[in-house]
Amino acid sequence: MDTFAALANGMAVALQPMNLVFAMVGVLLGTMVGVLPGIGPALTVALLLPVTYKLDPGGSLIMFAGIYYGGMYGGSTTAILINTPGESASMATALEGNKMAKAGRGGPALATAAIGSFVAGTLATIGLAFVAPYLVEIAVKFGPEDYFALMCVAFVTVSATFGNSPVRGLTSLFIGLTLGLIGIDKLTGQPRLAFGVPELLDGVEVTTLAVGLFALGEALYVASRRHQIEEKIEAIRGSLWMTKQDWQRSWRPWLRGFCFGFPIGALPAGGAEIPTFLSYSTEKRLTKHPEEFGKGAIEGVAGPEAANNASAAGTLVPLLTLGLPTSATAAMMLAGFQQYGFNPGPLLFADKPDLVWGLIASLFIANVMLLVLNLPLVGLWVRLLTIPQAWLYAGILVFATMGTIAAKPSVVELTMLAAFGVMGFLMRRYDFPIAPVVVGLILGPLAESQLRRALAISLGDPMTLLQSPISATLLGIALLALVLPFVLKGMSRFRANED
Amino acid sequence: MSQADSQGGQGRTGVDRAGVVIAIALALVAVVLVVDALRIQANVVYGLGPQAMPIIVAIGLAVLAAGNFVNALRGGDAEREDMDFRPVLLILGGLALMIAIIGLSGGFIPAMTVLFAATATAFGRRAIVADLVIGFVMATIIYLAFSKLLTLSLPAGPLERLF
Repeated sequence: MDTFAALANGMAVALQPMNLVFAMVGVLLGTMVGVLPGIGPALTVALLLPVTYKLDPGGSLIMFAGIYYGGMYGGSTTAILINTPGESASMATALEGNKMAKAGRGGPALATAAIGSFVAGTLATIGLAFVAPYLVEIAVKFGPEDYFALMCVAFVTVSATFGNSPVRGLTSLFIGLTLGLIGIDKLTGQPRLAFGVPELLDGVEVTTLAVGLFALGEALYVASRRHQIEEKIEAIRGSLWMTKQDWQRSWRPWLRGFCFGFPIGALPAGGAEIPTFLSYSTEKRLTKHPEEFGKGAIEGVAGPEAANNASAAGTLVPLLTLGLPTSATAAMMLAGFQQYGFNPGPLLFADKPDLVWGLIASLFIANVMLLVLNLPLVGLWVRLLTIPQAWLYAGILVFATMGTIAAKPSVVELTMLAAFGVMGFLMRRYDFPIAPVVVGLILGPLAESQLRRALAISLGDPMTLLQSPISATLLGIALLALVLPFVLKGMSRFRANED
Repeated sequence: MSQADSQGGQGRTGVDRAGVVIAIALALVAVVLVVDALRIQANVVYGLGPQAMPIIVAIGLAVLAAGNFVNALRGGDAEREDMDFRPVLLILGGLALMIAIIGLSGGFIPAMTVLFAATATAFGRRAIVADLVIGFVMATIIYLAFSKLLTLSLPAGPLERLF
């Protein structure tokens, strides 16, 4: 079959010694940065992007795959050992994982997270390899109006699922869309929102925005409430290894986690938050040890962690086949592609099969490396957590600004970075989700050019958006997803009044 | 404030002032977008010109400004924790100094040293000299690793030219 041949080709690329080194460096760096408290996978990728500037595209994307999985793995370690999930997708893991660590079962918690991530990640990568070619075939038939409609769906789901109110999510999204308008309009060469500042003509760099919002914003936020939180690292006591009973209680949650994570990640349905919590509540319901939930049940770590990893591989499906990022991490990956002038999508599969399949094969390799490296090295990662908070955040800020300085050493760019930092701080303080801003910045310009292309082809007739059945359906879904939360909220208020 | 809310939100105590400011800011951004879009002169025969998208986004922002405003009037459901703004200002001061040093071509290493020490102090360290030294060593290592090994060009000042 085609997929097998392509995948075998990809393996041949990924197994070249130099590429193996890149994958290894990526996994190690990703874990190292991801394990730091408050740093999720998106920020890990953003911080490490400058490291890959001077590499060749193939090698750097392979390193990226390692960084991506490494960052996810590191995040779960932090969640289990100090109960500070770097991202919302690790929150479910922290619930039971930290309790397990407190009860002296941190080792098995880390082990079930690692092995579960490996199992689900591998299955999801297989899923990716088999689904992607079919989606590519469909995607080739997509016209610009269909792409535009698809992006509308992504906009709505991304802003409605992150954060606790649709208004806040949409506000974040529109801030991102506004930032995306800055710079020269690609179709007419007209400057927009540049206010005569030459540096703004190139537009806002995704990395500057992400690093500012995530790294600086987080540092400022933590600094402002330092007097209130107390972080306590749970030492790993006892055996690292899982007992026979642990295995028996873990394998089904792993598989169920995959079943939640992969499809929801692959649909543009907004990140890993939903599948991890679905998995958590399912395991809570199905467990034979309900008395342990809330006190450190291994199922509550195994399931969500597997779901988290599977959905991460799932988000690569729309990213690689359609060029559609549906999470902040995927948006950062897209930025990684764009720095070499590649646009993921059906064309990339046709033009650069080595690159795409090499990347997919590297995901397998990164997964294996993580399993082999991380359990033995867990002591080393834990030691990273003992760095005093002051030095940790000072170091993070140095690294964060270094990335921007390396990319564009201008006062304007650095000022923008600082401004985004303040924005990230305020958004955290006033409870606005961050991820939609990043997705809005990167998807906004793409959506605009697809819309304008569609309308240019139809000679300006907006009905073209509804005449294509694909686009009409997708726009319908987007509208429904947009309106439904408000309707439901209104209904529940009505009911509350009745009582 | 949260107590007043739970008792049925009495009058003005329920208004979330920050929310009102956010709504006004969003409305202002919408106005800026429209003003900027109207300035653009481009002839597009068919379809949308470069003005269209800013206007669409501006309409969205205006609607969201109204939504945020209504939510703010209903009162903040979130009670916000007390904040200590001194460390925030300290970090921002460090960032400003860092930008100034880079802007005046003072070089990468001094800029990062200052940023490191300022942030560490903001996080409660009271050993400014030690932190300056640590920041300096770290910045030097990063500079050497990235400019020599990865051949990235980081801004060089008098100090960096010695290497």
